[in-house]
Amino acid sequence: MTSTANPPAKSLEVGAPRRAPSRFILLGSLILAFLALVAIAAPLIAPHDPESVDVHRVLGAPDLQHPFGSDVLGRDVASRIIYGLRASLLVSVSAVLASLILAVPLGLLAGYFGRWVDSTISRTLDLILVFPAMLLAVTFIAILGPGSVIAALAIAVIYLPILARVMRTSTLIVARNDYVAGSRARGASHLRVLVTHVAPNAFGPVIVQASVLSAFALQLEAGLSFLGLGTQPPTPSLGGMLADGREVLIQAPWVEIFPGLVIVIAVLGFTFLGEGLRRIFDPRGVGE
Amino acid sequence: MSRQLGFILRRLLLTIPMLFVMSVVVFLIIRLVPGDPVRTMLGFRATDANVAELRHRLGLDQSLLDQYLGWAGALLRGDLGKDIVSHAPLAQLLAQRLPVTFELTGLSMLLAVLVGVPLGVRAATGGRWVKRLTEAFVIFGISVPDFWLGIMLVLIFAGTLVILPPSGYVPFATDPVGNLRYMVLPVLTLATGEAAYILRTTRGAVGSVMNRPFITFLRAKGIGTRRIIFGHALRNAGPSIVTVIGIQVGVLLGGAIIIETMFALPGVGRLVVTGINQRNYPTVQVGILAIATIFIVVSLITDLIVAWLDPRVADGGGT
Repeated sequence: MTSTANPPAKSLEVGAPRRAPSRFILLGSLILAFLALVAIAAPLIAPHDPESVDVHRVLGAPDLQHPFGSDVLGRDVASRIIYGLRASLLVSVSAVLASLILAVPLGLLAGYFGRWVDSTISRTLDLILVFPAMLLAVTFIAILGPGSVIAALAIAVIYLPILARVMRTSTLIVARNDYVAGSRARGASHLRVLVTHVAPNAFGPVIVQASVLSAFALQLEAGLSFLGLGTQPPTPSLGGMLADGREVLIQAPWVEIFPGLVIVIAVLGFTFLGEGLRRIFDPRGVGE
Repeated sequence: MSRQLGFILRRLLLTIPMLFVMSVVVFLIIRLVPGDPVRTMLGFRATDANVAELRHRLGLDQSLLDQYLGWAGALLRGDLGKDIVSHAPLAQLLAQRLPVTFELTGLSMLLAVLVGVPLGVRAATGGRWVKRLTEAFVIFGISVPDFWLGIMLVLIFAGTLVILPPSGYVPFATDPVGNLRYMVLPVLTLATGEAAYILRTTRGAVGSVMNRPFITFLRAKGIGTRRIIFGHALRNAGPSIVTVIGIQVGVLLGGAIIIETMFALPGVGRLVVTGINQRNYPTVQVGILAIATIFIVVSLITDLIVAWLDPRVADGGGT
């Protein structure tokens, strides 16, 4: 039923070593499933209260009780990482989801109806793309004030044009298929055609892009919290922990090494998942 | 040639609405602050007279259109207003801060290009091990957040080896060697991620050119690999590489906001972050305006270079 001749698979990584998509997906999902489990089960598995201050444990080195050591206020680094991961994942994933919820219908409408609907939606969203992401986030926060909800909102707005554009391109390709025209000819309404035929078939590339963007969202959230513009203390966040430990980096490197490593692992999880999904759902490279 | 000229003119004209939209967004920053921005700026101990005075000085007691016209007019005359904390003229503050940001982003981009382009060419044309190693570098560069990389570099070079200062700044004119020593770690931090993106793009662009029939033809003619790569493949891959470099300047400017704060470099990015934390809106506006203007100008230059490298772009086609 779907398109007959698929163009040859075009990897964005031209010249890169080729690996099976399943290995990427497996690795990415394993990492993310583990991190998600840790974040969800935080109250059960955190060895200590992440906010409890202990003057006797200031900058304590890692030991059996405190595997990642303790920070400037004697708080357990491992517990703070577990809770911080929770905050960071919550902000970045909900930002990308919020962006998706708006981007999918906008992209569908723009790609399906074309003409003035397309130009109105596309030109408006292009205005956001003119500015670098970090600058936009900072501008947003300059207006609404620091905080995790505002940071999530800022990230959602930044990724809206990117996701909507991918959905639009993907819709354009799907809408050209004969089965779409056939459905219209049989008297189906635009809404019915969009929901039952176009949307399900155009969804692949945008999911891939959302996974890739989650990796960037995570870094952006950590960066904003590092600047003191994202998640606010005392709520632990991975970026905030890095900012807190900066002054004592040389005496107590564990305060900085472990939260950063967790960010890197989470970013790798989303990147691998996105790359694996791309090879399955977006062989044409629409999302690029 | 006249088509080229037409393209340049059209592209220059397009910059005007971009600058206009940007100026409106920046203008609205202070007006969109929930509640009373003047009260927020001055704190709750401010008297009503203080509030009224600052509101009048910022022009917030006029109609929105008058406010914009007054603000934009002053900007065009070079009057950027005053910092509400230090009372220093913002034009002067910006003149001190901009060179730091220019030096940081300029050196980072230079390093990223010098590393990314040759490695990208090698990755596209080299053997299996070269491909694996460069791929590992790309994944590393893209996945490691720049601020954490910076922290680790400080730990290694300033903490363990003690050969570089962890943070700080001296102007180049005062102490050139000292200035460069302070710049090494921030530049390395910013350049690593950029080099990874440039490597990936170069690899893709050169790789796809190498598959084209004219390369096979050149090979059949007996032309050496080096000459094919540097004389033909890279020339054809140029526009894509330059486009990505232009886009990445924006990412670099965003990264500079974090890196300047981290390494205590007195640049525009740090000015903005401090401004936000102090609710110093006029300074935040001027800082964001400066960064966005640099980005718009760089995008313009990038498009012009691409059109020059690939004249088909000016005809509306192109690669």
